Amino acid sequence: MSNATTQKFKGTPGQIRNARIERAGAIVIGAIALVWILANIIKSPEQFAQVTVLGLRNGLLYALIALGYTLVYGIIELINFAHGDLFMLGTLFSSYFLSVWLKQQNSSPTGWAAFAACLLLVMVFGAVINVLIERLAYRRLRNAPRLAPLITAVGMSFLLNFIGLKWNGSTPRQWPTVIPSFDVHIFGVRINMVTIILFFIGVPLLLGLNFIVNKTKQGKAMRATAQDKDAAALMGINVNKTIAFTFALGGAMAGAAGLFYQQAIGTTNYNLGFQLGLIAFTSAVLGGIGNLWGAVVGALLIGLIQGLNDGLPIALGQQWSQSVVFTILIIILVFKPAGLLGKVTTEKV
Amino acid sequence: MSTMLDVKNIEVAYGKIVAVKDVSLTVNKGEIVTLIGSNGAGKSTTLRTISGLIKPRSGEILFEGNRIDGVPGHDIVGMGICHSPEGRRIFPRMTVRENLELGAFLRNNKAEVAADFERVLTLFPRLKERVEQRAGTMSGGEQQMLAVSRALMGSPKLLLLDEPSMGLAPVLVEMIFETITKIREQGITILLIEQNANAALEVADRAYVLESGNVKMSGKATDLRKDDAVTKAYLGH
Ligand SMILES: Nc1ncnc2c1ncn2[C@@H]1O[C@H](COP(=O)(O)OP(=O)(O)O)[C@@H](O)[C@H]1O
Ligand SMILES: [Mg+2]
Repeated sequence: MSNATTQKFKGTPGQIRNARIERAGAIVIGAIALVWILANIIKSPEQFAQVTVLGLRNGLLYALIALGYTLVYGIIELINFAHGDLFMLGTLFSSYFLSVWLKQQNSSPTGWAAFAACLLLVMVFGAVINVLIERLAYRRLRNAPRLAPLITAVGMSFLLNFIGLKWNGSTPRQWPTVIPSFDVHIFGVRINMVTIILFFIGVPLLLGLNFIVNKTKQGKAMRATAQDKDAAALMGINVNKTIAFTFALGGAMAGAAGLFYQQAIGTTNYNLGFQLGLIAFTSAVLGGIGNLWGAVVGALLIGLIQGLNDGLPIALGQQWSQSVVFTILIIILVFKPAGLLGKVTTEKV
Repeated sequence: MSTMLDVKNIEVAYGKIVAVKDVSLTVNKGEIVTLIGSNGAGKSTTLRTISGLIKPRSGEILFEGNRIDGVPGHDIVGMGICHSPEGRRIFPRMTVRENLELGAFLRNNKAEVAADFERVLTLFPRLKERVEQRAGTMSGGEQQMLAVSRALMGSPKLLLLDEPSMGLAPVLVEMIFETITKIREQGITILLIEQNANAALEVADRAYVLESGNVKMSGKATDLRKDDAVTKAYLGH
């Protein structure tokens, strides 16, 4: 038997060329980013560390919101335009709960208890509102042509916006931080306690969500429903309940993000949902919509890029913030149309 | 012989399109009953109605004496009706193992589920080598075996099979039909839809012939195989 040299098939000439272009593009972009970051680190290392932490904190906030977009898209292929506005209602709920109903006007040790109670309640609040939206608006349109639920989602966004306008008023409002707020110095970097808390609660939330989706029976039902609703029903999965559960998860995350934003930034406005929602949605697309870790990676990346661009000595500065983010989004999507972690799925029919 | 499934005069529509006009059929415990008929006759719709994916406009469905029309699909599985649907409908992005686990979604007895897992892999040894493979990357025949296995993982009393031989190579078709006989020997009652009427009538005890949403003929499989009209229309000789 002859032992012919076996050559591994690497793709058609076109695919090979595309892969080369992709690699070359990644190297060029990576090199530019590296030079830029090095220049800044050399110029001012403390400031670099500072803005990195802030960027990642914002990225974490975006991630909590982005997960709601990606979860819902993953299961019913709907871009839930109202999701950003749900987050905005979360900021208002937190503000009223803490400073109006519990009358917490400044940082104090009792703030911890208020904060913990608020976290729980705002997550329930977000979950309930999101489930109601699905139940009342989206469910009956599940088998309608794609545009119908999409337009309904836009309408729902306006509705929540209007509620926000009535609740908050038309101008931005300032709210106090209620948990003890002091600076912690780590390796010469000044980090606010609120930021640390955000990491200590936000990261477990992300991990917990991932655990639910990938390791529990509910999660298995979600993944099956996402792939084929009729087949899922034939397995004994209650499809309606599973979709409602997915909305509840996304809503709870948006609620938590609302509290974190309110405590970290301190300003609420009725149109916050649009600004943050757009960035969070972009994060989800950047990471590969429908992919949980994709949303997290996309959000952290956007938060980080924004942070660096807005706060570094050598950078374009805040007025270019959105432009920089979207330019990078476009570049990445040109090379990777399905997003960073999304896969262009080729499935046998 | 006790009646397991009793479908009484169901009418089923998709919006304005009436897919099933008047279908009545019974399946007795331990039988293999087949539904044959040309494309669009309403066979799949009948099965989808039995498993609760669609509600009939009128008529009744009784399973072990209880009304099940109007019961949602996810509750019907728990009663012991498992459905391997037309076009396989496996979960393509999940592994063979995950697909089989989903087949047992409602079952809580881990030991029994594990035993059934081994049992279906003995029935389809081809799947055994592929338990960790993503289902969507398997061949059509393997996917079909998975669809049948997944339905078996629900521990059915009544197994609904919608065209299990569709698109398969002749060797595999033969193998699928052999397996259907083996499944019956394990005490599972089967309602089978087939395009391949010849093979279906060979394994079945009784058959119903559907035409444009109505039962046109029914009887013992051996009798129908000799029937001139059936031979001409469906057996092609
Ligand atoms: N989802 C659907 N929407 C509208 N019409 C359908 C749908 N599914 C099937 N039909 C129609 O119902 C009739 C019966 O279809 P079906 O039950 O699939 O037949 P069979 O399985 O015997 O080939 C056909 O005329 C088909 O076009
Ligand atoms: Mg059919």
